[in-house]
Amino acid sequence: MLSIKNIHANIEGKEILKGINLDIKAGEVHAIMGPNGSGKSTLASVLAGREEYEVTEGEVTFLEKDLLELSTEDRAREGLFLAFQYPVEIPGVSTTNFIKAAVNEKRKYQGEEPLDAVAFLKMMKQKMALVEIDQSLLSRSINEGFSGGEKKRNEVFQMAMLEPKLAILDETDSGLDIDALRIVANGINKLRNENRAILLITHYQRLLDYIQPDFVHVLYNGKIVKSGTKELALELEERGYDFITDEADLAASL
Amino acid sequence: MTNVNYFKDQFEQLQDSAPESTITELRTDGFNTFNKSGLPTLKLEEWKYTNISSLFDKDYQFANAPQQLNADDLDEIRLAGHEAANELVFVNGRFIPALSTIRSAASQLVILPLEEAAKGSHQALVKKHLGQSSVYLKDGIHALNTSFIQDGMFILVPKGQQLEQPVYIYHISDARQQNTLSQPRSLIIVEENAKLQLTETYTTLGTAESFTNEVLEMVVKENAFVEYYKIQHDGLNASQVGSTHIHQVGKSYVHTVVVSLNGGVIRNNLNLVLDAEGNETHLYGLYLLKGNSHVDNHTLVDNKRPNCFSNQLYKGIADDSSTGVFSGRIIVQPDAQKTNAYQSNKNIILSDKATINTKPQLEIFADDVKCSHGCTVGQLDEEALFYLRARGIPKAAAEVLLLEAYAADILAQIKPEALRNHVAELIYEHLSIS
Ligand SMILES: Nc1ncnc2c1ncn2[C@@H]1O[C@H](COP(=O)(O)OP(=O)(O)OP(=O)(O)O)[C@@H](O)[C@H]1O
Ligand SMILES: [Mg+2]
Repeated sequence: MLSIKNIHANIEGKEILKGINLDIKAGEVHAIMGPNGSGKSTLASVLAGREEYEVTEGEVTFLEKDLLELSTEDRAREGLFLAFQYPVEIPGVSTTNFIKAAVNEKRKYQGEEPLDAVAFLKMMKQKMALVEIDQSLLSRSINEGFSGGEKKRNEVFQMAMLEPKLAILDETDSGLDIDALRIVANGINKLRNENRAILLITHYQRLLDYIQPDFVHVLYNGKIVKSGTKELALELEERGYDFITDEADLAASL
Repeated sequence: MTNVNYFKDQFEQLQDSAPESTITELRTDGFNTFNKSGLPTLKLEEWKYTNISSLFDKDYQFANAPQQLNADDLDEIRLAGHEAANELVFVNGRFIPALSTIRSAASQLVILPLEEAAKGSHQALVKKHLGQSSVYLKDGIHALNTSFIQDGMFILVPKGQQLEQPVYIYHISDARQQNTLSQPRSLIIVEENAKLQLTETYTTLGTAESFTNEVLEMVVKENAFVEYYKIQHDGLNASQVGSTHIHQVGKSYVHTVVVSLNGGVIRNNLNLVLDAEGNETHLYGLYLLKGNSHVDNHTLVDNKRPNCFSNQLYKGIADDSSTGVFSGRIIVQPDAQKTNAYQSNKNIILSDKATINTKPQLEIFADDVKCSHGCTVGQLDEEALFYLRARGIPKAAAEVLLLEAYAADILAQIKPEALRNHVAELIYEHLSIS
């Protein structure tokens, strides 16, 4: 579904991604871990099409299309979804209207009729139950004054509404209380299926207890320095990053 | 070039033909001022950013006879909620009673041609209040309106009349044959304990140029309540100087919203004279500029008595090669202790070629006052734009969503729902066409 080959990316002239390779197949769940500042969100932004990042080398194929050639909105309408690490507050734009516009833009792109009000509300109700999000939040402006946890829940709600083929969840677990983490993780698990791939960016094993990944990767200094199965995450939890990063630093210095 | 000789001829003809009244003298004063000052140029501080005199290169003419329009021509122009409104029509600057519909009872609302009011039982009111704006607006373009007061309009909301039906004024310029100069003039008196909701809008027919030079004077008495809306969404061939002068002579409440969407060169003067203790005034403005549009909002709040409150919020967006100007002047006279006067002007620039000039002016001569002002010029929030696009909303639509959100708090100040929804639609369409 997604194939990343040797991606290098700069921001403001500074190289952040230094040759990333990653293949994700339909139905798989991949987790990316790694120290702060290693480039995890940068990778997510490059995939979603944030224009400030300049891709200097490499290629990305998404569902047989050259992803880097597509605009941000077309990537979304092709089925790529990014749950933001820091969801943006947009005063004056109602969450419900925004989600309705997003759902219908996607349908239009795929040659489907827009949902009428009744069908849309029905879908909303169903997906709201999935992540146990309150109606009152959705009638407010997008993320305006939402608590950290409410913002994350709203991201997963949008994922549920947009039914993406590939969902990139950037630290969706951080800021959630214990109950919310369980609820949101359960919601994500329910969205897991053989046609959908998920890329989880996280710092914590806790999330991976709920959502068991097929693969775990460690991103360090703009590169994937180690890949493994879910046992790798357990090992990291126990030993920290040092045993991997020291090795990577040593390799880089040679 | 429409030159001084043209206006001189026209003025003399008018003075010869129009019946003698209190207005005759006013016109003479106006013409003397116009003769002396000419049209304002960029050299005048108050006209530094807006060039009106060059517009007159376009050879504007007064329309000779009132153009033939019928009620059907109006259908395209009517504002939402018109079914319940008093609809007053000006064509080429002249009030046309035959095209107007007055739905309120005569005891609730008096509407007369200005000349008639100046002769009849309202003579004293006209004499006292017509022309008071000249104390504040001393330039030649204002004087030009005064020089040619004819077929103006007089509105009186008598004591205690809480008018339920709003008043809509449609200004139509017929530029189908020639470049047209329209100079509407109105005097409005809202008496004690009365309530008036007034909306003005402007439409140019045809493709030649129109210039509307309007003066509206309003007197608001004790315990009266006024909502005033001005909706400017005319063609790019339509320019205007619109002066609204509101004199709060008794403790009263005035709420104004000026929305400028499409147009050529627009200059709005909005004067509020707070001439009684405890007056309350709210001034809101929204300008959404594209193409070569130029919109200049000059506000003046003159606090003459103690304990008055005023709040101003003007917001603008400038795209393409457009220019927005905001100049907000607040005067606090020595007698106006305990004045509360606030002003804020916020702008978003969407293009390198767009310009915003913003200038607050506070002149405070009393010591126990609370005044504040602030202005900002910023850009569209890139983070928000990316967020919307990352959900599949195309860039252009995402920008419209954000701009609508930006305009929402001013839009919300249009209190009648039908009118507000109508303006919301105009805004949406205006922003959606690139
Ligand atoms: N606009 C920018 N200008 C300069 N440097 C930037 C910019 N954006 C990101 N960076 C840098 O890029 C590096 C990678 O940042 P990124 O957000 O991808 O890290 P991350 O792995 O997601 O970290 P975290 O775990 O803290 O979320 C950091 O050193 C960051 O400071
Ligand atoms: Mg990050």
